[in-house]
Amino acid sequence: MTDTATAPTKFGPMTTTRDEPAVRDTDEEPPREPAPEEEPERAREIVFELSDVKVQYSGVTAVEDVNLEIAANEITAFIGPSGCGKTTVLRSLNRMHDITPGAEVLGKITYHGEDLYSGKVDPAEVRRRIGMVFQKPNPFPKSVYDNIAYGPRINGTRRGEVEERVEKALSQAALWDEVRDKLRRSALALSGGQQQRLCIARCLAVQPDVILMDEPCSALDPIATARIEDLMEELKNEYTIVIVTHNMQQAARVSDRTAFFTAEVDDDGSRRGRLIEYDVTDTLFTHPSDPRTEGYITGRFG
Amino acid sequence: MTAPAVPLTQSTRKGRREFKNAVATAFMVGSFVVALVPLTLIVVYVLRAGISVFGLSFLTEDLPFSNRIEGGGMNAAIVGTLVITGTATAMAVPLGVLGGIYLNEYGGSGFVARIVRFLADVMTGVPSIVMGLFIYTIWVLPRKQAGLSGFAGALALGCLMLPIVIRTTEEILKVVPEDLREGSYALGCRKAQTIRRVVLPSAAPGIISGALLGVARVAGETAPLLFTIGIVSTPNWNVFDGPNTALPQQIYINASVFGGFDAAKDRAWGAALALILIVFLFTLIARVISAVYARRSAAT
Repeated sequence: MTDTATAPTKFGPMTTTRDEPAVRDTDEEPPREPAPEEEPERAREIVFELSDVKVQYSGVTAVEDVNLEIAANEITAFIGPSGCGKTTVLRSLNRMHDITPGAEVLGKITYHGEDLYSGKVDPAEVRRRIGMVFQKPNPFPKSVYDNIAYGPRINGTRRGEVEERVEKALSQAALWDEVRDKLRRSALALSGGQQQRLCIARCLAVQPDVILMDEPCSALDPIATARIEDLMEELKNEYTIVIVTHNMQQAARVSDRTAFFTAEVDDDGSRRGRLIEYDVTDTLFTHPSDPRTEGYITGRFG
Repeated sequence: MTAPAVPLTQSTRKGRREFKNAVATAFMVGSFVVALVPLTLIVVYVLRAGISVFGLSFLTEDLPFSNRIEGGGMNAAIVGTLVITGTATAMAVPLGVLGGIYLNEYGGSGFVARIVRFLADVMTGVPSIVMGLFIYTIWVLPRKQAGLSGFAGALALGCLMLPIVIRTTEEILKVVPEDLREGSYALGCRKAQTIRRVVLPSAAPGIISGALLGVARVAGETAPLLFTIGIVSTPNWNVFDGPNTALPQQIYINASVFGGFDAAKDRAWGAALALILIVFLFTLIARVISAVYARRSAAT
């Protein structure tokens, strides 16, 4: 049911960097029409494939036995109790662990069939294609405009084009109308929800392929959360989204597929996160196959 | 429902807490006053003693032919202090900032970084006169008379500034939130770009203050200049060629060596006043720069 091997990549191989502008090849785009809900069996374009992934911090295993496939233009949610390694797995998808001293990713992660951790892959190029939104909004202490323009500028976008990109990204992030008169003001003066949408816009301005979201709404109120969820629903048409969330309702509301992680104490006393179950969201929430998943989603623990 | 026995306005532990508060407040105000007293006394005294000779001519005229003679000005010493401190700053600040960046962003807790950090700490503790002797031995002596120059003094002052700048830069970079760095990396930014475009702008006001702390600290140094710059009575703008002089040196000479003459004593006070004003001006300029920078990086 999945065609990993022949999945067309939207970009050239990651071993070639910036020389060729990564223009989206519209001919190769997967069909845009949203698939009818009763037909989830359609061929999915696989973006990430994780096999036996294990992440260690200074030799201590944080999470292991992660095997899953993440498909294009879907929202994949990682849920589970604190310390189960969901954020750790998320950060391994855009090589954020490279900048954490002592962190090590074992096993294999492929991105459009390419080995993400091959020595020839440029981590900066990986992160340009696979953007990330963090738990706490982290706008740079610059103006709204400069925050969004930052990514395009460092990636060598021509001057004239930057402005266009900024406006487009802010519109996509449903923030344009609120900040169009405040582009020169400090981004730190925005509200928490606006700051988080700014961070999403900042990520979109680089025109990534995938957006990783690490509990993007945990610092926001329900109204701001609803706006971000609506936004994700729209972005899904153009991007692949992976979201880590503590909030099960959120996973149920927005995601197409859900992965449930939990942490277990092994015989030797070490605590390790594991992927327990990965399925279509509706199935996982209504007919979980593992008792641990059922226990978590029904509120028996976690 | 029964009303609580003690009304809300009457806290059960009120007396004790208020007592502690009063003691702490008294202690803080007391420390503030104690710290302020010497500062005020110095400023007032220097002002009173120095104002008699201080004036436009004091700033623009050359030193008199003989120290016994009244009149003349500190022109030469002011020029010397500016060029020597300026040269020292130009050498020590870029090097120190780069060193601080290396320690915090690249070196971490590696072997080289630990050595550099340790040496910087040792260097901070070296007495300034020893630094002067060091420069005297390695720079002045091999060049004989020609070795005495503003540049030799600047070398000694630079050596004193360097560790201060390195360590303050490192401390300031340490408090730049990791979130910002991650945010930049997540956009496909490389490490050097991240440091230049996100980390340094955020830390700039602090780094500027840190550098200025170093400048202010060395501008008043006398000992490292004693055997490195020689002495002149007319301004020498060229740091590299010929002997020079500086305000602290003039204070020292006029107050101690020729201190028996009233004219020299007055000149020493005048020079002290000029030095205080210069350091005050430096501090003010740095404050303005870092305030403007902070506002600009926050707003535009």
